[in-house]
Amino acid sequence: MSAHLPLTLSVNGEEVSRLVEPRETLADFLRRDLSLTGTHTGCEMGVCGACLVMLDGLPTHACLVFAVQAQGASVETVEGLTQSAAIADLQRAFHERNALQCGFCTPGMLVTAQGLLSRKALPSREEIRDALSGNYCRCTGYEAIVDAIEMVARRRAAGETATSFVEEPA
Amino acid sequence: MKARAFSYVRPATLAEAFDAFAAAGGEASYIAGGQSLVPALALRLQAPECLVDIADIAELRGISQEGEWLRLGALTRHVEAHDDPLIAACAPLLALAAPHVAHPAIRNRGTLGGSVALADPASEFPAMMLAMDAEMEIAGPAGRRRVPATEFFQDLYQTAIEPGELLVALHIPLARPEHRCDFDELARRRGDYAIVGCGVMLALPQEVVSEARIAFLSVGPTPVRARAAEAALTGNRLDGDATRRAQAALSEDLDPAEDEQVPAAMRLHLARVLLGRLLGRIAGAA
Amino acid sequence: MNAPLGTLDRPNSYIGRSVSRPNAKRLLAGRGRYVTDLVLPRMLHATFLRSPYAHARIVSVDLGAARAMPGVRLVATGAELAKLCTPWTGTLDHFKGMKSAPQLPLPVEEVLWSGQAVIAVVAETRAQAEDAAEAIIVAFEELPPVVEIDQAREPDADRAALAVADNLCFHSRLDTGSIDEVFAGAAHIVEEEFLFGRHTAVTLEPRAIIAHWDASEGKLTVHHATQTPYQFQDLYSRHYGIPEASVRVIAPDIGGSFGMKLHVYPEDMAVVGLSMLCGRPVKFVADRIESFVSDIHARDHRVRARMALDGKGTILAVDVDDVTAIGAFSTYPRTSAVEGNQVIRLIGAPYRFRDYRAELSVVFQNKVQTSQYRAVGHPIACTVTERLVDLAAAKAGLDPIAMREKNLIADDAYPCDSPTGYKFEALSHQASLKKLKALMDYDALRAEQAALRRRGIHRGIGIASFVEISNPSPAFYGIGGARISAQDGAIITVTPSGEVRCLISVTEQGQGTETIIGQVVADQLGVPRERVRVMTGDTETTPHGGATWACRGAGIGGETALQASRKLRGNVLLVAATILQAKADELDMREGVIVDAPTGAERISLAEVARIAYFRSDTLPPGVSAQLSVAHHYAPQGYPFAFTNGVQGCHVELDTQTGFVRILKHWVVEDCGRIINPLLVDEQVRGGVVQGLGAAFFEECRYDENGQLTNGSLADYLVPMACEMPDIVVGHIETPTADTELGAKGCGEAGTAAASAAALNAVNDAMSPFGASIAQIPMTPARLLRALGAI
Repeated sequence: MSAHLPLTLSVNGEEVSRLVEPRETLADFLRRDLSLTGTHTGCEMGVCGACLVMLDGLPTHACLVFAVQAQGASVETVEGLTQSAAIADLQRAFHERNALQCGFCTPGMLVTAQGLLSRKALPSREEIRDALSGNYCRCTGYEAIVDAIEMVARRRAAGETATSFVEEPA
Repeated sequence: MKARAFSYVRPATLAEAFDAFAAAGGEASYIAGGQSLVPALALRLQAPECLVDIADIAELRGISQEGEWLRLGALTRHVEAHDDPLIAACAPLLALAAPHVAHPAIRNRGTLGGSVALADPASEFPAMMLAMDAEMEIAGPAGRRRVPATEFFQDLYQTAIEPGELLVALHIPLARPEHRCDFDELARRRGDYAIVGCGVMLALPQEVVSEARIAFLSVGPTPVRARAAEAALTGNRLDGDATRRAQAALSEDLDPAEDEQVPAAMRLHLARVLLGRLLGRIAGAA
Repeated sequence: MNAPLGTLDRPNSYIGRSVSRPNAKRLLAGRGRYVTDLVLPRMLHATFLRSPYAHARIVSVDLGAARAMPGVRLVATGAELAKLCTPWTGTLDHFKGMKSAPQLPLPVEEVLWSGQAVIAVVAETRAQAEDAAEAIIVAFEELPPVVEIDQAREPDADRAALAVADNLCFHSRLDTGSIDEVFAGAAHIVEEEFLFGRHTAVTLEPRAIIAHWDASEGKLTVHHATQTPYQFQDLYSRHYGIPEASVRVIAPDIGGSFGMKLHVYPEDMAVVGLSMLCGRPVKFVADRIESFVSDIHARDHRVRARMALDGKGTILAVDVDDVTAIGAFSTYPRTSAVEGNQVIRLIGAPYRFRDYRAELSVVFQNKVQTSQYRAVGHPIACTVTERLVDLAAAKAGLDPIAMREKNLIADDAYPCDSPTGYKFEALSHQASLKKLKALMDYDALRAEQAALRRRGIHRGIGIASFVEISNPSPAFYGIGGARISAQDGAIITVTPSGEVRCLISVTEQGQGTETIIGQVVADQLGVPRERVRVMTGDTETTPHGGATWACRGAGIGGETALQASRKLRGNVLLVAATILQAKADELDMREGVIVDAPTGAERISLAEVARIAYFRSDTLPPGVSAQLSVAHHYAPQGYPFAFTNGVQGCHVELDTQTGFVRILKHWVVEDCGRIINPLLVDEQVRGGVVQGLGAAFFEECRYDENGQLTNGSLADYLVPMACEMPDIVVGHIETPTADTELGAKGCGEAGTAAASAAALNAVNDAMSPFGASIAQIPMTPARLLRALGAI
């Protein structure tokens, strides 16, 4: 009754085809079938935000979508957003501001931040905190994350563009 | 936390969806945004044999004005209630409630139809259907019908939707210029299910309330219209006296259950505080 | 702002600099390697059938259907694992009279809490394992559960664990002798009964482990999300009878720990045995629901306390009775009694009084085990103390700041000891309070508070001074017989290209251990920071050590790195002196170049020295053998603990109609001695504060009368989130410990230690016009409305 189904979607700009069990979540599909382990699972019920990915351009819980539902969709994970340098400025600001400790929440935080800044260029600190209301971080106490996002909003508004983050020296 | 195995189909039309549901012998669930259903499956609280994904059914989409009504396709997402200018103009209460619904990523995928069909008494949108006097369009193998919100919510997670039927669209009477509305809720943390929430819609053609609709969430097994409080306002000026009478009347409207964390008396108390604040805001802005 | 550097004063010092964390870039790019991410060849997945009852006897099990399920490779019972693994008991010898029931990976007969793992299922996928677990049939015979602390302490109470004689795990008493007389003669007495909710760590990455028993070489490799790989190497070795050198424990990236991931969990021990039975790697990742019913919980204390004062508001004495419930057995190997022990020893620690009496009762009940979690015991001791101090201030007619100014131990009074026996080397309570008062603009806040009260807006200001334990010596665990190391070890090597590799026993969970060790090594060796690579968390490559807990990473690990680096620098300079025909003590190494110490003139690069040492040793004089690797261990030997101190301020607004509290701002001044990296210290403090505020307002594991956890999911257990948390201002005083060259003390628990105390005082301050008060955390709206008489 649960035969594997063919699935084709775009992941980080590449077309991917696999056979999947319908009960496999998009999060498990990314992590297990595609080894994209930057997408984390912290609660598997959509309350911690560690598994956020861009699904057709919108931040979405990968644990609340079955992979088969993403047929034909476009998914971007932290790996893809890193490679395209779309979030390089966010990553740099998080790094400078030490807006992460264990790093487990970080990919989800980055996706939320990117989603927020695409909706609103210069959010207030309250609006940033509101946008982060579904992203749990046990380490930082959030302030550094808010600072980093605020910093990037200002930099983007000032016209600064991002270059690749990963190739910069540590 | 992995769901039990199920089969999956994604029909393109309502007829195909009904057939797929029937083919599973009733052991099927429709899935739209899935933001409530997927956790229930992951926790194995529900285990249908088949998931019928309605995401591709075009008829379930769309936001449009149809005469005196706003039609929202069931697949309209929470984020659209938040952002869409037509919704903000025609059903402002929906737009006011939307920011309180869960978190941004949930709003990106969750659907209005899914929320209303689930009828979680702690959810914002079902209660707003009551406050707006909306009608639900339900389709099934036997045909379709429109059910007013007052008849739609029947008991805990029980609605007028029969097994196999689908909620197709929400029809909301257009807000008129004399309407004033507001929404607020008391939730421990932003995006949590509220301890109590309330949407108020008043017709204030002059200074006297000519029509009042007040709906509460998180106060019982279904969202609740506060009829006695509405009556206390209707025909009166929106002043401190009327507000106090409406607050007092809530003991007739609301009968919250005892709960170790939120005693019934506390919930009633908070409902009164919330109603008072909302009416004060409306009076202050009028 | 930094303390004078003294012997650490090196050119371009890295010590005291806010540098970012090199290893954080990997995490930002989504390239962390957490245990949850790892896949080994032929790896299987484990799950567990868990007890639905808080206390029951296993009557029979039927595993037939489960064993026949698709993908299932093993279904194992407690009896099968007991053949492989010896039992453990969570007691320490220096806690006299302590008792606890022996534990096995899975129970053989009696289950002790709801959620306890009973039967293990191993399958090709986690989903298949869960499918099979549903097909297991276990017949339980329910036994009466012990749930409440008073119920547990009744003379003829049911026992939480049938293997122990009664429900008293441990009892302790401290008494300086003349308490009753002091109270009898006191001008004022204040007293209160405090309740502290049970809470839990909720690391974002749940517990995760992969055990791989390779019978062909008799070797066990465990990838384990833990703070303490060496401790687990020892435990797996001894309980499974494998030679220590044949057990390798690797702790890669870890998604948060906070003390929770250094305890023995039955599932983790079971997974080792499951791998042996399957002959394949077995992975277990607790899902969030399992985490809530199997991770250690913490706190859960009821403290009755009173304080005696003279007529001028001088604190004379404190008298305490603490009862804490820990679950049905004591956690192994650190026990569940340390928290209570620290509560009764830390109460009153910042203050000058000499007369003290405390009684501690640690009792068993049928809930999940409690044990050490960030700031062990501190928040309880601090809250009790600081609330009593505020009550005392009110009685004496003193402002809370003035009350503390009057009673804190003076900064020039050190060294001194506490009435509970702690020895303080040098603390800075007065300077910290002075700085906090200025940071908060305290007088302006008070004026604003008074003005707003007249408009019906009720704000509150809370102050809490604290002492924190860091850098523990063997007096903590070793003395009690636990094989938990108080020393650390480092191996530092100059590579043939003149780069530096440091293998060290302290571990990284995101706090920045590797970064600060890199800073110390680069600084003390004299090389650019980018040339130092720090590696941690693998028992096969890093020396045995205590690892990271109890705020020991910077103080003990940092000193280990400092001493090892100096030794290596000496070795490098010896070789360089030979090559240069110079005197080693006239040379120095700076930024990777050997220079004339007095003039700074460059003589030869480290890379060149390394090249010669590794590849052209023929050019060195006979008898010269370059020692470009150094192995070095360091154990603290001075004070048993390096105490730190500080003070916090909390500003809240109470909605008196709803009982909701908005936290407006929070301030911390703390003194962790030498600060190696201010950026990292500040973020440790902020994160710690938020864990304390979570406890103050939100977090509580709630149980029903049957011992069932009723809010065991991340939707129901309220962790602090971004919207409700304030911005936090952090200031520092630096009083380095003279016990080490580095002078660093811990900072990771300071934030948590006093945040809930400051918050409780702030809320009480806000409620004071109503004559209302609260002495329970979390301070939920229901509790606050009740305190206000609104419901």
